Formats: sequence, C-alpha cells, structure tokens
Amino acid sequence: MKKINKTTRSNLITYGMVIAMFVIMQALVSAGRISSLLQGLLVPLCAYIILAVSLNLTVGILGELSLGHAGFMCVGAFTSAFFSKCMAEAIPAAGVRYVIALLIGAASAGICGILIGIPVLRLKGDYLAIVTLAFGEIIKNIVNILFIGRDENGFHFSTKDTLSLGLSMDGEVIVNGPQGITGTPKDSTFAIGMVLILITLFIVLNLIHSRSGRAIMAIRDNRIAAESIGINITKYKLMAFSVSAALAGVAGVIYAHNLATLTAQPKNFGYNMSIMILVFVVLGGIGNIRGSVIAAIVLTLLPELLRGLSDYRMLIYAVVLIAMMLFNWSPKAIAWREQYAAKFRRKKQKEV
Amino acid sequence: MALLDVKNLGISFGGLRAVNEFSLEIEKGCLYGLIGPNGAGKTTVFNLLTGVYQPSDGVILLDGENLVGKKTIEINKAGVARTFQNIRLFKELSVLDNVKAGLHNHYPYSTLEGIFRLPRYFKVEKAMDERAMELLSVFDLDKEAATLAANLPYGKQRKLEITRALATRPKLLLLDEPAAGMNPNETKELMETIRFVRDEFDMTILLIEHDMKLVSGICEKLTVLNFGQVLACGNASDVLNDPEVIKAYLGE
Repeated sequence: MKKINKTTRSNLITYGMVIAMFVIMQALVSAGRISSLLQGLLVPLCAYIILAVSLNLTVGILGELSLGHAGFMCVGAFTSAFFSKCMAEAIPAAGVRYVIALLIGAASAGICGILIGIPVLRLKGDYLAIVTLAFGEIIKNIVNILFIGRDENGFHFSTKDTLSLGLSMDGEVIVNGPQGITGTPKDSTFAIGMVLILITLFIVLNLIHSRSGRAIMAIRDNRIAAESIGINITKYKLMAFSVSAALAGVAGVIYAHNLATLTAQPKNFGYNMSIMILVFVVLGGIGNIRGSVIAAIVLTLLPELLRGLSDYRMLIYAVVLIAMMLFNWSPKAIAWREQYAAKFRRKKQKEV
Repeated sequence: MALLDVKNLGISFGGLRAVNEFSLEIEKGCLYGLIGPNGAGKTTVFNLLTGVYQPSDGVILLDGENLVGKKTIEINKAGVARTFQNIRLFKELSVLDNVKAGLHNHYPYSTLEGIFRLPRYFKVEKAMDERAMELLSVFDLDKEAATLAANLPYGKQRKLEITRALATRPKLLLLDEPAAGMNPNETKELMETIRFVRDEFDMTILLIEHDMKLVSGICEKLTVLNFGQVLACGNASDVLNDPEVIKAYLGE
C-alpha cells in the first residue's frame, strides 16, 4: 500500500511543479519583469514540454528510439491550422474552434502514428531510429509540396504550384506549399498551453501506472518473456507509439496557433527538432517524466537568459548540457547521489 | 487422457534435423523430467511446445486441443507457462509488478479506464495486488515486493520467474534448467519449491535439467533425448539405470 502512495505523491509533485511554474511566470509577466522575447517563448515552451513528455513515452517507457517525433508534430500543426483557417468564419467562438482543432490535430497525428507504427515497429534499435528519422523527413517534405485552395466549387489539390489549383476569381489558397499556411488565428496562450501540459502529464502518468503501462514496460524489459506470459506485443507497442504521436500532434496544434505563418522548415519540423526533443528526454533522464519537463524548461529558457553574454552564451549552453549529462548518467555521479540520499534519509529518521 | 500428448514432433533448421520423431505423454499432476547431453535438443522441444518455433511435423495436444500453428501468446492463454534457462525477468519493474504483469490476461480493464482512473481501475488493481501478494507470500518473496527485480539475489530471481509463470494460471508449467548456476543448498531449496508448486497448485510440471541429483530426487518420469531422438523414457529409476542412457551421458 505504501508503494502506491509513493507513486501518487511523485505524480502530485510533478503536477504541482508545473502549476508553480505557471504561477511564477504569470506573476513575472504581470510585474513586467520578463523581456518580450522571453514572453514570446512561453507558448513554444509549452509545446516543447509536451513533446518531451510524449517522446519519453516512446523512448523511456516503450524503450524504442524514435527520431521522427517532429514529423508527428508537423502533422498535428498543419491539419489543425488548416482546420482553423477554413473554419475561422464558420465557427467564430475561438474556444470551441480551438478544442476541435486540438482533437483534429491529435487524431490525425495519432492515425499517422498507427500507420507508420505498423511497419516500423517490426524493427528494433538503430534500424527503427533511422526509419522514423526518414518518416519524419518525408512528412515534412510532403507538406512542402502540398497546395490546397478553396473556392465556391469546393477544395482543390495540387502538388505543383498555386496556378495549377485552377481556382476561380474569389478562391483563396489555404496551404501554399513551401510558404505554408498564413493567417491561422493566434489562439494559443500560455494558460491554455499549461492546461494542455497538465492533461498530457495526466494521460502519460496514468497510462504508465496502469495495466497497459505495465505491459508496455514489460515488453521494453524483455520482449520474449512478455510474449511467454501472454502479453500482446504488437498491440501495446502500437498503443504506446500512437499515444505518443497523438500527444506530439497536440504540441503541434499549440505551436501552429501561435504563429502568423506556419511553414515546414528543417528548423521547426525537421530532424533538428526531433534531436532537440530527444536531448530534452535524454538529459531529463530516460523514463523520467518529471525530468523531461525540467530539461525542456531549462534548455529552452537558458539560451534566452544568457543572451546578455552574447558570444559566450552557446558556450555556456554546451557546458550546461555536458554537466547535466554527467550528473544524470555518470556511474560515479549516480553513486554519489545515492549515497547522499541515503545520508539524508538517515538524518530524517533520526529526527523522527 | 494425458494432459500433454506430443506425437512425432520434428523440426529441421536447414539440413539439421534438431528434433526428430519426438513423442511425450504427461499425465495430469506428474513431475516429468526431460534430460539429455548438451545440444540434444531439449530447449528446442520447449520452444516448439511454446510456439517460439513452428514444428515441421507432428502434433501437440494439450487437454485435447492442438497447439501446433498457434502463437506464443495463444499457447500461454491455452495454459502453458514457462521459465527460461537464462533468467528473463522484467528487470526495471518491481517484484510486485513482475507478478502483476503475469496476471495481465486474467484481470482485465481497458486502457481508457486506466487513464481516467474509473472505478473499475481501482477495483481490479486492488484485486490484482491482493492476488499478486498472495502468490509472492507463497514463495516467501512478499517482503521484497517493492524491490526492483534486477536487485534480487539469483535464487530469488528464479523463484520470481516461477511465480510470474504461475500467475498466468497455466495447466502445464515448463521449467528450463531451473537449477542452473545454483549452489547445492539453493538446489535443495529449489527441489522443495518445485514439489511444493506441484502439490499446492495441483500443477503438471515438465522440466529440463542437468543436475542429476535434482532429477533423480523429484522427477517421477523421465524422457532422455540424444541427438534430437528419444533414447529412453519411463519411470525415473528405470531410465537412469538404462545402460544406453549411461553410455550417452558418460561415454563408453
């Protein structure tokens, strides 16, 4: 019974941490202590945290290295932005529109996750990583050649240019290939992002500490043994992968509804982004959800906070990366931490 | 009718006939030993019985139900559980969670019920916890319930693997070299455990073993395998005194 309390407590600490961060940030914003540049980072930060948590589900809990996470974010971003732009007039209530956009973004990314997962999850380790990397790039490139327009005759598709859409005089181009989607309503706010982080944490943490999560972790630890006790490997692998993809889609929705122009570039939806999310996960501790949140916050805000140091900031950023890596993964550091924790515990016991 | 009835089982890997014309009949409640020199095909037989390999020919009947062509998870659901020669626990999970993973198919609730913490989640998890603790206390592992499986001593890891297999409610339990790497004391304790499992759970057990003391100590019947062929089978004492068997083990 004591163990259950321990996981619940650990989950509550994670939720509390996110809420505390929100309160502090809001206080700083209203006190005018935060530069506008940093304020502009708050909404993307929410997206990054969700991405880190969702990727940790694949990397830490399912135990498969995926390098295509930005691809799922891209799917979520573009489908939801497409929806919001089309429906901007039909559904004037921003709240309703945003919720539907979220559901559409999550569903389309989740479906993409299933479609990609079916062939890809037969692979393991490095091979899986390479194929997911390729899928991420394919998704980004498909979006870059996609042209979609709308006029009174309905939707027109093309993969060439806007002219070949054959729109009538008062038709409008919605998705303009490499120029992306312009004029998505800017519905994302820091508060909405925070609520979505809490929902993501709720889903991921509860999934991990349930029957399905146990099955997923059993597969991670020993596939052959999991099979021998009657756990359906394909089902649970696909479940973890598609939930992870759907949550990445949610992050995409937040990201898309914060930009005037949404374009798919290597910087935001390419492998640079996938690697950055992976860095959050690895530095926060693989399988450690709270660690992912902290790493995402620190590593997103750090370059901005260090801006005053101009040329040296990337140097410090790199040093912090290395220091965090050492602290989290070096055997000596782990031993030292355990020793310290044991000492602390003994002291506490004495006091009691 | 025998609980497990294997007839003319065979498998080839390319040109190698790993198991040939293998037959086996195990009555319910029997403690059956499968022995043979290294490379005789014992573990291959286990892998055939659990669907890891598909046999080239032959039939496997469990309680009259044919297991040939079924997948590993279906065979487990039909009532065959196993342990492994090199222990395969879920190392990063707690001892309790290892057993709860074994209970997976018998205590169902949907993923959504788990995520949204509906009443059924609490009810089923509680029942699972109780059942798992019950099993663990049978094997004297209940004090280590919160320990990571990887941190258990070797002998207890073996026990935990048996506990996990029993959690799936099998009719037939396959033990692949349960005494491998154990000292004489641990082996003696293991013998008691195996006998206890048979009596307490009314289990039918088929085990592979090299340790002759363990085999002669607990197995009622034996089948000896050599180069993929059945060399002898019958009551343990008869088989162990068979000159052919002694020849295969000790050489001429």
